[in-house]
Amino acid sequence: MTVRIAPAPFEPARELETFARGRVDVGGIASFVGLVRGEHAGARVLAMTLEHYPGMTERQLERIAAEARARWPLQDLLIVHRVGRMLPGEPIVLVATASAHRAAALEACAFLIDWLKTRAPFWKLEETPAGERWVEARAEDDAAAARWQRAAE
Amino acid sequence: MRIRYFAWLRQRVGVAEEEVEPPPEVTTVAGLKSWLGVRHPRFAEACAAAGVVRAAVDQEFAEDGRSLAGAREVAFFPPVTGG
Repeated sequence: MTVRIAPAPFEPARELETFARGRVDVGGIASFVGLVRGEHAGARVLAMTLEHYPGMTERQLERIAAEARARWPLQDLLIVHRVGRMLPGEPIVLVATASAHRAAALEACAFLIDWLKTRAPFWKLEETPAGERWVEARAEDDAAAARWQRAAE
Repeated sequence: MRIRYFAWLRQRVGVAEEEVEPPPEVTTVAGLKSWLGVRHPRFAEACAAAGVVRAAVDQEFAEDGRSLAGAREVAFFPPVTGG
């Protein structure tokens, strides 16, 4: 299980290759790659800077990863999340899950991205032609995360 | 006690972090918000809008009623937008 904050650009394909290499204990790997969009909320995005809370970020990602492993039979999982300034098209986040069967891998992957969007302390600052603006939290993201809420919570 | 601010709250307050010694009557996150609002009017403004200012005590998300007993670091920030 690997959780990593990346202050410099990373290559999802290379990360996935390393993640999958030599594995004979899994039936499949599910992955999600989030990219910086070149357009958002009606404005061109020239660049984006991700701020985070060092220490707490890692702790929250570890906790979310542990929760995924408790809920699904995963052989392994990987989270890489960029911080700092990046350009449209650059990867922001990579989530990968490895399991004996696809349902567990796919569900856990969706769970991880939904939860990290609402539970890990990252903040997006966009540079647009009109100036800088902080991205606002979306109700849709809260709703997406809420669908994984268990009755006990 | 160390106070940290993130994202646009950091810009509004004008500092990323500061060391403070709240008086003994400040015992909760809500109390600390009010107390800090006196020295940072723009922080008070942000706190006046419901649900905009989130907090963490010693790097754990914390609600307004959370006790500050033993707390070394309290952070304030807007809702998260990662992923």
